Amino acid sequence: MSSATGQKPVTEDLAREFGLTAEEYGNVLSIMGRTPSLTELGIFSVMWSEHCSYKSSRVWLRTLPTTAPWVIHGPGENAGVVDIGQGLAAIFKMESHNHPSFIEPYQGAATGVGGILRDVFTMGARPVANLNALRFGSPENPQTRRIVDGVVRGIGGYGNCVGVPTVGGEINFHPAYDGNPLVNAMTVGIARQDRIFLSAAAGIGNPVVYVGSKTGRDGIHGATMSSSEFDEDALAKRPTVQVGDPFVEKLLIEACLELMATDAIVAIQDMGAAGLTSSSVEMAGKGGVGIDLDLDAVPQRERGMTAYEMMLSESQERMLIVIHPDRTELARAIFEKWELDFAIIGHLTDTGHIVVRHQGRVEADIPLDPLADQAPLYRRPTAPSPEPAPLGPITDPVGIEQALIRLIGCPDLASRAWVWNQYDSTVGGQTVKRPGAADAAIVKVEGTSLGLALTTDCTPRYCRADARQGGAQAVAEAWRNIVATGARPLAVTDNLNFGSPEKPEVMGQFVAAIEGMGEACRALDFPVVSGNVSLYNETRAPDGSSVSILPTPAIGGLGVLDDVNRAIGLAMPDEGTLVLVGATRGELGQSLWLREIHGREDGAPPAIDLAAERRNGDFVRQQIEGGHVLACHDVSDGGILVALAEMAMAGEAGCILSAPQSGMRPEAFWFGEDQSRYVVAVRDAGAFTVAATAAGVETRVLGQVGGDGLTLPSGATISKARLKAVNSAFFPALMDD
Amino acid sequence: MKAGIVVFPGTNRERDMAIALRVVTGREPVMIWHGETDLPDLDLVVLPGGFSYGDYLRCGAMAAHAPIMPAIRRFAEAGGHILGVCNGFQILTEAGLLPGALLRNGALRFLSQDCHLRVERNDTPFTRRWNAGDVFRAPMAHGDGNYIADDATIRELEDSGRIAFRYSRPDGRVDEGDRQTNPNGSVKAIAGVLSANLRICGMMPHPEDLVDPLMGGEDGKPLFEGLVEALVR
Repeated sequence: MSSATGQKPVTEDLAREFGLTAEEYGNVLSIMGRTPSLTELGIFSVMWSEHCSYKSSRVWLRTLPTTAPWVIHGPGENAGVVDIGQGLAAIFKMESHNHPSFIEPYQGAATGVGGILRDVFTMGARPVANLNALRFGSPENPQTRRIVDGVVRGIGGYGNCVGVPTVGGEINFHPAYDGNPLVNAMTVGIARQDRIFLSAAAGIGNPVVYVGSKTGRDGIHGATMSSSEFDEDALAKRPTVQVGDPFVEKLLIEACLELMATDAIVAIQDMGAAGLTSSSVEMAGKGGVGIDLDLDAVPQRERGMTAYEMMLSESQERMLIVIHPDRTELARAIFEKWELDFAIIGHLTDTGHIVVRHQGRVEADIPLDPLADQAPLYRRPTAPSPEPAPLGPITDPVGIEQALIRLIGCPDLASRAWVWNQYDSTVGGQTVKRPGAADAAIVKVEGTSLGLALTTDCTPRYCRADARQGGAQAVAEAWRNIVATGARPLAVTDNLNFGSPEKPEVMGQFVAAIEGMGEACRALDFPVVSGNVSLYNETRAPDGSSVSILPTPAIGGLGVLDDVNRAIGLAMPDEGTLVLVGATRGELGQSLWLREIHGREDGAPPAIDLAAERRNGDFVRQQIEGGHVLACHDVSDGGILVALAEMAMAGEAGCILSAPQSGMRPEAFWFGEDQSRYVVAVRDAGAFTVAATAAGVETRVLGQVGGDGLTLPSGATISKARLKAVNSAFFPALMDD
Repeated sequence: MKAGIVVFPGTNRERDMAIALRVVTGREPVMIWHGETDLPDLDLVVLPGGFSYGDYLRCGAMAAHAPIMPAIRRFAEAGGHILGVCNGFQILTEAGLLPGALLRNGALRFLSQDCHLRVERNDTPFTRRWNAGDVFRAPMAHGDGNYIADDATIRELEDSGRIAFRYSRPDGRVDEGDRQTNPNGSVKAIAGVLSANLRICGMMPHPEDLVDPLMGGEDGKPLFEGLVEALVR
C-alpha cells in the first residue's frame, strides 16, 4: 500500500479510498487550512472511521444507563470498572474481531483475544478470565468448517499461551453469518481499586514511552477495513489482518503489572485499532495536552517504513505510556528484564497539537481538539422492521421424545465440549465452574472469598423478529444466567454487531435493540460499563445484493458472589424435587422447536416482562443464598425439557417428570421459550413453593430427581447415554474429528 | 519442605503451583527467575507449566538452555528432587534429565479436559501417598503431550519401573489405542516418568490444579503431601 499511496497526491479521491466522504474531507481541509499530508490524511481517516469514532452509533449509545453506586468507571475508558468489594475492582470489556476472522480466522480470532486482554491489563488489572461469543454461518456452508477450525484454534492458541483461562461463551450457527462470522472476545481482570490506571495524559514535558513489540507493516488500515462492507475481494485484504504473538503479550502483561506496582505511570493505553495514531491522539486529547512524536525512535521490524505506515500500523502487543521523567530508568529496567522493546518516542507539549516528526521532517501537525470535536456524528435515517406475523395454529408432527432428541442434537444446542476442550479453562487454579457446569462461569478471586460469575448472551433470531424485545432479552438472559449461580449481577459490557448503518432498516434494528437493552438494564440495575460496536457486517448474496447479519447485540454479564463457596451449578443432584420458577404460556414463536421441527423462523419472540424477571430472579437468588437450592438452570433455547436434559447430562442422576400444565399443548409447555424462568432442584419443595407464593412468584413442580434418564410423563425413558450420544455428535461430525 | 518454582518467560502455571505448595506445605515457595545461575537451598525444584519462550522452536527446547539450567543440573546430580509438570516435563526431556520426548497430541489439537491417571508404583516421594494401582483425576491442558521414546528406552523404563503414571479409565484399565482413555496418544499411555534414582518426575497433567474441593476436588493433593512427608527436614 505504501508504495502505491506514497506516490499519490492527497486528493478527495484518495480520501474516499481511505473511507472519508466528500463532506468529511471538506471538514479536514477546513480544520487544516491546507491540503493535508498523506500521514495527516491517514490519521484523520482512521480517527474518523466508524470503528474509532462511533459516528453512526454515538448518539444512541448515550441513551444507555451507565451508572450505579458500584460503577467506578463506565464507558470512555479502555474497559469498564466495577466495585466487587474488599477494595477490589473487576475490569472488563468485550470487543469484536469479525472481519479479520473471516479473512484469516486463526489470526483474526487470536488478535481479537490479544486486543481485549490489553484493554483490560492497561487499566492495571491482572486478566483472570476470557469468554467469547461466536456466530458462524450455516454448518452446510463449505466455508463454515474452515472458519470454526481457525477461530477455535486462534482463541485457544492465544488464550492458552498467555495463561488466562477461557471459561465461557456461546456459539450459534445461522446462514446469515455465512461470509461474516462474529468473533466477540471478552476479558475480565482484577485490580485493587486504588491502583487503576487511566489513559488521560498529563504533565507537559513528560516522556511518552513505547513498549512491547516492534512496529511492522501489518494491519495498516485495519480500522478502516472494519468500517466497510465486505465485497468479493475480501480475501484479498488478508495483508490488513494483524499477526499476534501471545508469548510477547504474556511478557507484556507481566512487565506492565510489574511497572504498575511502582509510581512511574502517569497514563497508559494499548495500541489497538489504528495503533500509534489512536493511542497518542486519545491520550493527549483526553488530557487536554499536545504530543510530539519522533518516529525515528519507534522500534521497527522492517526497514524503510514511512511515517504514514508507522502511524497506521496495527502491529500487535504494543503499549504507549506517559511516564514520570525521573522514573524512566526504573521502567526501562523492568522492560529489559522481560526482553521487550522500550523507547522514549516523544513528549507531551502545551501546543494542543499532535506533531509527528520523521527523518528531520514534520510529517503531521494536527490540532487535537477539532480532530476529536469535529469528528463526524451521524443521526442516520431509521426504518422500522415489519411486525412479525402471528404464528397461527401449529401442530406437533413428531412428538415430545423425538423433538427433544432433534433439539439437543441441533447445531445451536449440541455439546460444545469439542470447542471448550481446546481452551485451557483451569490455568490460574481459580476456576470453580468450568464451561457447561453452571449457567455462568465461576472464577474465584485469588486470595479472597469472592467469586465472579461471567456469561455472554444474545438470541439473534429474537432480535431479527423484534430488535427491541431481543435487546431486552439479551440483557435479561445474561442477568438470569448470573442469578442462576447465586451471584449478584453487577454490570454488562456490550458488543453490538449489526449490518450497514447506511441501510435504514439496519439502523432501525440498532436503535430498537439499544432501546430494549436500556429498558432491561434499568429494570434490572445492570448498567453498561463498556462496549464496542461493529457495523457493516454484510455479505453478498449470490444475486449480488448485500445481506445483513442477524442483529446481534451480544451482552457480556458480570456478577459477584461474596462467598464463592455458595455458587451452584446446573448438574442434576442425587436427590430432590424439580421446580419450575416463572410463568409458562407456551410461547413457540421464534423457538428452536419451531425451527428444528417445522423449519420455520416465524412469529413474535417470547414476551419479556422485566418486573417479573426481576421478581423471579431476586427470589431465586435469595433461595440460593439461603442454601435451599441444590442446582439451578435457566430456561432458554429449547425450553423446559431441553433445560432438564442439560441438567441430567451434566449430572449423575436423571429425572421423572409429571404431566405438563393442563390446558396447554405438551409441545408448547415443554419447548416454549417463555422468559424469566428457571428450573431448580430443591430438597424441600413445599417450603420453596410457599416462599415463592409469598414473594409473588409463580412455581410449578415438574417432577422428581431420579432414574438414569429423562422419564417423560408417558412413562417412556430416554437414557442419559442416548442423550449424551446425540448431544455430542454434532461438532465432531462437522469437523470430521 | 523448601520448594522453589522456576519461572521462564512464558511460564504461566507458576501461580497455580505456588497455591498448591502453599496449601500443602504451609510455606511460600521461592520463585526463581530463569536468568539466575544459582539455586537457593531447596528440597524441591519445580518446573511448572506454560509456554516457555512461546514454545517456539520446540516446546521446552529453549528453556533447556536457560541460564538457570546448569544449576538445576547440578541440583539433580547432587540427588535433588525435581518435579516437572506439562511444560516443565517437556523442559526436563529437552534438558536430558528425563528420557523421551513429547510430540503434538495425536488429534493435532490442544486438549483441556480431566483425565484419569493410574499410579504405577508408590515407593517414590511423588507417589507414596497412593497405593500402586490407585487412580486419580487431574486436568490436562496441553498441545504437545504425546509421549514417545525409542523401543529400547520404553523397555528400560518399563523394566526398571520408571513409569510413574499412565492414562487410564476411572477403573484403572489402560487402553493405549483408545482416544478417550489415552487422549494424546502417548506410547504405552505414559503420562509421567521418573529418573533412574526416582528423584526426578515429569508429568503432563496438572495435579496442582486439583487441590481444593471448590475447584472440583483434591485428587492432586497426595502428590504434594507425599513430597512433604519425604522431603521435610
